[in-house]
Amino acid sequence: MPTYLGMPPFPVAARAAVADSQLRANLAHATHTIRAKRAGAVAELADWEQLRQAAKAIKDHTLAHLDTYLLRLEANVTRAGGHVHWAADADEANAIVAGLVRAAGADGVVKVKSMATQETGLNEALAADGISALETDLAELIVQLGHDRPSHILVPAIHKNRAEIREIFRTQMPDAPAGLTDDPAALAAAARAHLRQAFLSADVGVSGANFAIAETGSLVVVESEGNGRMCVTLPRTLISVVGIEKILPSWRDLEVFLALLPRSSTAERMNPYTSTWTGITPGDGPQDFHLVLLDNGRTSALADQTGRQALRCIRCSACLNVCPVYERTGGHAYGSPYPGPIGAIISPLLRGVTSPVDASLPYASTLCGACYEVCPVAINIPEALVHLRAKVVDAKREKTFSPERTIFQLSGRVLRSPRLLASAQRAAARGSKLVARSGRIRRLPPPLNGWTETRDAPAPPPESFRAWWARTRGPRS
Amino acid sequence: MTTSKEAILARIRAANGGPAAQPERVNGGSAGQPERAEAGTDAAYAALPRDYLRAHHEPATADIAGLFAERAADYRAVVERVPEPGLAEAIARILGERAAAGPGPFVVPEGLPPGWLAALPPAIELADDTPPLSAAELDRMAGVVTGCAVAIAETGTIILDHGPGQGRRALTLVPDFHLVIVRASQVMADLADAFARLDPARPHTLISGPSATSDIELIRVEGVHGPRNLHVLLATRH
Repeated sequence: MPTYLGMPPFPVAARAAVADSQLRANLAHATHTIRAKRAGAVAELADWEQLRQAAKAIKDHTLAHLDTYLLRLEANVTRAGGHVHWAADADEANAIVAGLVRAAGADGVVKVKSMATQETGLNEALAADGISALETDLAELIVQLGHDRPSHILVPAIHKNRAEIREIFRTQMPDAPAGLTDDPAALAAAARAHLRQAFLSADVGVSGANFAIAETGSLVVVESEGNGRMCVTLPRTLISVVGIEKILPSWRDLEVFLALLPRSSTAERMNPYTSTWTGITPGDGPQDFHLVLLDNGRTSALADQTGRQALRCIRCSACLNVCPVYERTGGHAYGSPYPGPIGAIISPLLRGVTSPVDASLPYASTLCGACYEVCPVAINIPEALVHLRAKVVDAKREKTFSPERTIFQLSGRVLRSPRLLASAQRAAARGSKLVARSGRIRRLPPPLNGWTETRDAPAPPPESFRAWWARTRGPRS
Repeated sequence: MTTSKEAILARIRAANGGPAAQPERVNGGSAGQPERAEAGTDAAYAALPRDYLRAHHEPATADIAGLFAERAADYRAVVERVPEPGLAEAIARILGERAAAGPGPFVVPEGLPPGWLAALPPAIELADDTPPLSAAELDRMAGVVTGCAVAIAETGTIILDHGPGQGRRALTLVPDFHLVIVRASQVMADLADAFARLDPARPHTLISGPSATSDIELIRVEGVHGPRNLHVLLATRH
């Protein structure tokens, strides 16, 4: 997964985002709206927790037998007339798609919103090959027209309000109707008119999939607008790029996941449209179907015993909508197509923790746990964050000098020895007289000033309990 | 040279603590060991906990068809309950109203019960899909009339399996108006019963209200690319 070019680590990017009051207002408005609605949709099902635990168990089981299920999926897609390709990384996936588009004799594709192709940077790769990719999801279209980046898994243009969207349409959409207002219904109608001809004449559609059913070889796309139906139905050729973790063992499992996903993501009992297809159906829909199975770091995540739970993710974005950090920084600060709490663990798991962005992501959290609470597949995001913080520290170990690490090594030695601890406490009590004011230390000298830059430290007491005990033997009764 | 497929499978097996270089097993294979592994996978799957409710409303005690009507209407579908004998008249009335709103024929899929269209006035123009209409031709249709495979009360969802009386997928996608007839006996209480009645080999479309989007400020707006008008006739026995 490509890090967005020139992306600074989270704290730097977040500082700029937090200073943008329009962005904060847009995000607060959107996330608070959906938060309340989601709670209502979830409360309607008395067995939500049982559904959640079943989903978790199904996904964990699938991951533990992933090789078996992938081969089963491949066999069943092939039997139904589809073709299966395996891509180890983003470049390979993009090259496979470009080759298939060329083989279909096309120089453009219509696309359904797909996280997997965001992750591989497919549009940019196709453009380099002279193939145009038209995003047809309303929010993706807004992002594409605005030469912007997505900032939310479900609603990539969440950082834009209706007035800003109207402005993008007015200036970037040649066929935008005159007198277009910022009424969301009018904006949606403009998008419908703009994309209509492209849908009706497209030769190749590119999609992802929410689920791939091993037992039957069926693919499932969950959507709202009907652009997904257009892309998977009207073109002659359909190419679906699907992460290897999207697999479910059997058709029956949809009764669990289709109960969880819409309520968690758009707070609906059911999303407007869900399409399923199995290979090709003569006389109905694309007669040439290709499934590209994508690894791109997923097997690395699988090898991480704590981190592998992130592969249960069904991309609902409930964790983004409840996150106090996401609400204030927005999605761009996370430096990958996966923002928010899930992004803070998925990106370092897929890409490793060597880049400054990925090394900063596990810290982009207060560990408040709201994300874990709402996650429909019970991913313990705080646990994974803490685990990844340890990995970041381990990766830096022995590489460079760090005052923080030196201090922790020193404290380790001191805390192991009662004698050293006692003298350290005496030294601290004396030292605190120099820097503390009314029981607080507001500013420490370098290299400790990083700690007091954003918080006060309590002053050490004049005498430790052990010293007091040694002196008085306690109050006599 | 190892293919990406072999490399990915080897990495998965290594991550799962198994031998990284297991022989590939496709379609059961001939060796006994892969078959045992497959059987082990299936046994583990069968033992997974499923403590959730099979339905959130019990057909014995709840008005399932009524629940479906209410919940489909929640998503701004127009829902009418009609006794089966009055179906042809209701269809004629609805298509008549729609025809007055815009030009073009209504496309009728093969296998639609002929009685449903028995009361249409001659002014209503119909089109069939033989030979298949192009996407551009479908775009000029005033609407489409279909039945369905099954419906789900809990979520207000209609499921098409694109069998007889439903047409291929494009028929219920491109025209801007979709009249769908749901028989009360086709309404299942919840997802589990509905999915059990479907054949996964067929293509399916699950429809819950007209097309919609929440992409602007996370506020739901009806009417994007799919049919913007969904009219549901719920046919009851009496």
